[in-house]
Amino acid sequence: MEQTIIDTANHLAGYAAKAARVKVVAAYPITPQTTVVEKIAEFVENGEMDAEYIRVESEHSAMAACISAAATGVRTFTATSSHGLALMHEALHWASGSRLPIVMTVVNRAMGAPWSIWPDFSDSLSQRDTGWIQFYCASNQEVFDTVLQAYKLCENEQVFLPAMVCLEGFILSHTYTPAKIPSQEKIDSFLPPYKSGWSLDVDHPVSHANLVAPDWFMEFRYSIQEAMENAKRLIPEIDRDYGKRFGFEYGGLVEKYRCEDADLVLFTMGTMGSDAKIAVDKMRKEGLKVGSARIRVFRPFPMEEIRKLIGNAQMFATIDRHISFGMEGFLATEIKSSLLGQKDTPKVAGFIAGLGGRDVSSETIEKIAKKSLKWMDTGKVEEETVWVDLRK
Amino acid sequence: MLREIRIHGRGGQGSVTAAELLAHAAFIEGKSVQAFPYFGAERRGAPVKAFARVSDEPILLHSQVYSPDYVIVLDPMIYKVVDVTEGLKKDGIVILNTVKKPREIGLKNCRVASVDATGIALELNLLVAGSPVVNTSILGAFAKATGEIKLENVLKVINETWSGAAGEKNAKAAELAYERLIKGWEDSA
Amino acid sequence: MSKVPKSRKDLPLTPLSYPTFGSMGKTGSWRTFRPEVDYSKCTKCTICWVYCPDAAITRQNDDSPKIDYDYCKGCGICANECPVKAIKMRREEE
Repeated sequence: MEQTIIDTANHLAGYAAKAARVKVVAAYPITPQTTVVEKIAEFVENGEMDAEYIRVESEHSAMAACISAAATGVRTFTATSSHGLALMHEALHWASGSRLPIVMTVVNRAMGAPWSIWPDFSDSLSQRDTGWIQFYCASNQEVFDTVLQAYKLCENEQVFLPAMVCLEGFILSHTYTPAKIPSQEKIDSFLPPYKSGWSLDVDHPVSHANLVAPDWFMEFRYSIQEAMENAKRLIPEIDRDYGKRFGFEYGGLVEKYRCEDADLVLFTMGTMGSDAKIAVDKMRKEGLKVGSARIRVFRPFPMEEIRKLIGNAQMFATIDRHISFGMEGFLATEIKSSLLGQKDTPKVAGFIAGLGGRDVSSETIEKIAKKSLKWMDTGKVEEETVWVDLRK
Repeated sequence: MLREIRIHGRGGQGSVTAAELLAHAAFIEGKSVQAFPYFGAERRGAPVKAFARVSDEPILLHSQVYSPDYVIVLDPMIYKVVDVTEGLKKDGIVILNTVKKPREIGLKNCRVASVDATGIALELNLLVAGSPVVNTSILGAFAKATGEIKLENVLKVINETWSGAAGEKNAKAAELAYERLIKGWEDSA
Repeated sequence: MSKVPKSRKDLPLTPLSYPTFGSMGKTGSWRTFRPEVDYSKCTKCTICWVYCPDAAITRQNDDSPKIDYDYCKGCGICANECPVKAIKMRREEE
């Protein structure tokens, strides 16, 4: 039976793991992720969820346990943040290379030092090369829906890759909003039982991910790249199907808002994409042709969607909630990369905002847009990367 | 219409729960809602904040609350160490848990309402680990002071959250706070 | 309390903290209830001094307790532990 509850994104991720009939959860607590696994532990304890909950002693062990569990052919889930994710780093590579469709909720929290518990994307984005699919959510409802969509995607035989469902710490993880949970029957018909591509079986012993010499290694890696390309095609299909069944969809790879005739397109990720709509509406009322594009999926990177947004736009402004030291924000780099070689490309202005949880309001986004519009008019991007509201 | 509420309390007093219950009551009345704590490490006894948003439209905002329409202060000592009127909208309402009458509190540029929620808790023996529970009664006071939510929905949400004797006591506290709340801007105050 | 930098140029390489007396400020303002000692009942057993989690009780020369109300948070542990119930928790005056 469909129900509406008022709860946090973390708890909803727990509800989603339950709805997905996950069989194994191995996790280690870290602020601000803890309430995801506390909720799951509650469900397992009171029998609402038929799953094995493995208490491990670190995030590295959590991922190792997930790899092993997924390797036996069962649906597996975990969650972490920040340094916890970083601690799993080598295992992340192993999980994707083993082609195991683990779904992990990453509750985004800044990497230290200095120590921070507040949100930015430095944790998940520094893992962008590990072969994991990455989703970035902008609402509690989207977190619930995306966990389910992720399993559907990852378990597709053309994909078989693990996925991170990212949500900003505190902004979503600890914020209560209403959300709809569809009936279990409807969810089961959307997400059938997991059929693995390979699995460990004591009756048919096999070892996996074995040593590959240079003469075949590239081909294994190429198949991961192919899987990512397949994911790029499947994600919008799954999102649309989910929308038809449950009434919620998010634009597939990129959630576009009023971009059709825009002079300026603002690129964001996560909740900034939601607040950007408020800024866009306000500026549109003032007669400014601004649109916003929220990058919902960072890996695989939606190059083609970016190119489609060129339209008549003269300016792209990217708002990055992290920085690659010594270079620029990742969104800025990847968007510029997507534009190379295309016709009539807009200029690109890169902005860094919201690091370590610095609040980003729709007013801040409006300021970013107006600065970009000014540069658009003069035809010159005065600064390649602007750190927004930096203290003097 | 969007209303933003800031709640000042002490860690462990249930400020976050108060925000959630308020949001829940407004949700029953068909509003879009959001409730969240001040995002940070919290210690039992330290001053903390929680927030709620209530709107007729879906809420796309995720930024912090800077100019609340209403402020709730759960502890009588807080307004002496924290500026509870910071950012408060013009003619905003501050509802305080205190034995003092509104005009004795001395907050400027706002409408002030007060109720002795601690006293009500002690009267009803509504204690948790020896500390008086004030976060449920203050919602009754909020309903009376602002008219933004109905008392009946506050009671509904309380009874849905706590069952049996606990539910009854908390609901009674909210009713008493509703009756006893004094609005400083009314002549009789 | 900590030094608040005036500008970015005042920042150290990484945040540095040094031990400071009462670094959270006068936490006595956190109280709802305050402990009051009835010295006529007090047997100077020093149990309250031992149990105070914030070291807000000092042991006088004659072993009687002195409560530092600048830092006492009103947790009530002293009143709870006193074997002769010489400490009462009273509602803090507003």
